[in-house]
Amino acid sequence: MNERSGPGRLDIDRLLDDPGNRILVCCGSGGVGKTTTAAALGIRAAARGRKTVVLTIDPARRLAQALGLAELDNNPREVELEQGESGELHAMMLDMRRTFDDMVLAHAGRERARQILDNPFYQTVSTSFSGTQEYMAMEKLGQLAAEDTWDLIVVDTPPSRSALDFLDAPQRLSTILDGRLIRMLASPARAGGKGLRRIVGAGFGMFAKAVSTIVGRQLLADAAAFVQAFDSTFGGFRERADHTYRLLRSEGTRFLVVAAPEPDALREASYFVERLSSEHMPLAGMVANRTHPVLADLPATRALSAAEELEAAGSAPLAASVLRLHADRVAVAEREKRLLARFTRAHPEVELGSVPALPDEVHDQYGLREIGRRLARE
Amino acid sequence: MSSEWDRDLDRARLHFVSGKGGAGKTTAAASLALALATGGRRVLLAEVEGRQGLAQLFDTPPLEYSERRLAAAPGGGEVRALAIEAEAALLEYLAMYYSLGVAGRTLRRMGAIEFATTLAPGLRDVLFTGKLKECVRRTDPNGRHTYDAVVVDAPPTGRIVRFLDVTRAMADLARMGPIHGQSEEVAGLLHSSDTVVHLVTLPEQLPVRETLETVEELDAAELRPGAVLLNRVRPHRLATRSVLAAAGGRVDATRIRGGLESAGLDWNDEVLDGLVAETIEHAGRAGAELAAREQLDNAALPFVELPDYIDGIDVAALYELAEGLVGRGVGGSR
Repeated sequence: MNERSGPGRLDIDRLLDDPGNRILVCCGSGGVGKTTTAAALGIRAAARGRKTVVLTIDPARRLAQALGLAELDNNPREVELEQGESGELHAMMLDMRRTFDDMVLAHAGRERARQILDNPFYQTVSTSFSGTQEYMAMEKLGQLAAEDTWDLIVVDTPPSRSALDFLDAPQRLSTILDGRLIRMLASPARAGGKGLRRIVGAGFGMFAKAVSTIVGRQLLADAAAFVQAFDSTFGGFRERADHTYRLLRSEGTRFLVVAAPEPDALREASYFVERLSSEHMPLAGMVANRTHPVLADLPATRALSAAEELEAAGSAPLAASVLRLHADRVAVAEREKRLLARFTRAHPEVELGSVPALPDEVHDQYGLREIGRRLARE
Repeated sequence: MSSEWDRDLDRARLHFVSGKGGAGKTTAAASLALALATGGRRVLLAEVEGRQGLAQLFDTPPLEYSERRLAAAPGGGEVRALAIEAEAALLEYLAMYYSLGVAGRTLRRMGAIEFATTLAPGLRDVLFTGKLKECVRRTDPNGRHTYDAVVVDAPPTGRIVRFLDVTRAMADLARMGPIHGQSEEVAGLLHSSDTVVHLVTLPEQLPVRETLETVEELDAAELRPGAVLLNRVRPHRLATRSVLAAAGGRVDATRIRGGLESAGLDWNDEVLDGLVAETIEHAGRAGAELAAREQLDNAALPFVELPDYIDGIDVAALYELAEGLVGRGVGGSR
């Protein structure tokens, strides 16, 4: 590969086949086709002989059907492959509440577990906290990796606005729940955080009062009790989050950024690529999803003038229509190329793959395999 | 029978624009705000997710938690913009009840405010909708509304019903607290005929199906669905009957070849095959679009089309989109 002449092409099969690669994380902003891409990569890896599990986060109902499963749940279910394929494919969907419950049950003694699960604040944390989904995705990934039965784990990431949320949300959540503030607010009069209180001065008392007026003293007390019980079981949210975060930096983890050839999605992809590089997390490349390459080598200007000529003569309406839609297609393709070239100028080191758009929505394994073939340029 | 934009929608004063991620919510919200402001009205365009999508779209410096002029609308109208942040809204809110003084800044630095809004996830939404209510209800000294309409670049369809469900959010909060009192007014506004929720979607089957599901969710939550904004509609190049044939893979290559020859184009088999393949793909998309439109027709929802801009959206395109909306009746009956 000539590294000087633009970006390398993403060699997806090499990525999937390399036995050193154990975790493949698909990231990208919402709506770019991350989940479908993850499923397509899972099938391809399995078809090429690896024992693969795909962890999806919030799949469309159709994805389970496309995989040939009635539904996806919190445990890996085996997907039937074609005859003669030596690998295995299993698929699952993250259930954040179940994962949280299981985590508590597995690590806390029976009594402590009950204390945590029965706490009203736990209901909020495990279902509607922003960041819990990311936290639990990491937790599940950690569990799958620890099972040591998989050659390759393909992970889809939660459908957040920003791809960075996957990295940041667990940390943010643990900062919030890490104890000091929550204990101070639960009982500001007795809390040990004197130093902190001195810094904030009278403002803290005021704030504590305001917060407890707004969210209620009961919620604060529940929250404090929850955090205390959690701390003594897991050594705090932060330690737990740090532990799974380390997994993402370990040998054998690769990130793949998925983006639509649109300015917003590519901007998000840029942020993410920069972040991975500053965290020394290994980026495998970027997949430009649903591109529209030109299929007929005919300049748009000539197609348009010919179409006009035919329309004026009124002789060949079908050919005129075809020439016009070809000119549209050239314009779309050129815009996409321009946007991707801009991305590459900013990130020349990132290997690029692309998946030309399928004419239909994916509704079966054939469609998922076709995505894999297109990505591998077969 | 479907309709286009109807007069009832014009009477609403608070317009949420939601939609599937990537469908073009921000573009649609901005065009709608410009359309509603056309002819001398004043419209506030607000964003709530801190993503600065509006500033990028209008190519202006980042928006802040203060209302400022964003764009002029045709006929002397004006669009003002506001980025609502939960932190600023909470501080503003607390300041109404407690004298925080400089402590507010310190608390913000400590992350105490993020803490409070994280602790009670519903609080964030209540703060957003509370601020929107204040903007909708605000009047000038003569008793006239400051804004003729408020348009919100709202959270995506997956979160919109939850976002607007103030009653649920209140379960997280103190029953007797000050926010509780005002939230009943907020809920009153959101469930009134002053509020509509528009949904942006793409002319494809799955996004349209998801949109219809969201409409059901809105109905169930007693929130009022507005118009479906069908975004990125491409020009139709083929006659409807050719679409169906071509989508099924039947394209008369001989006729195309004849056309190319009579127009004096050099062609070879590769070009011809490529054109046929492009035609089949185009027809696949056009067919999905016809089906999507039929689904919308059956749902009897007002829908308005927004054309695709192959070169991307810039400010000029926004004005064109707004003009198109005005042409479809948006703002016409006010």
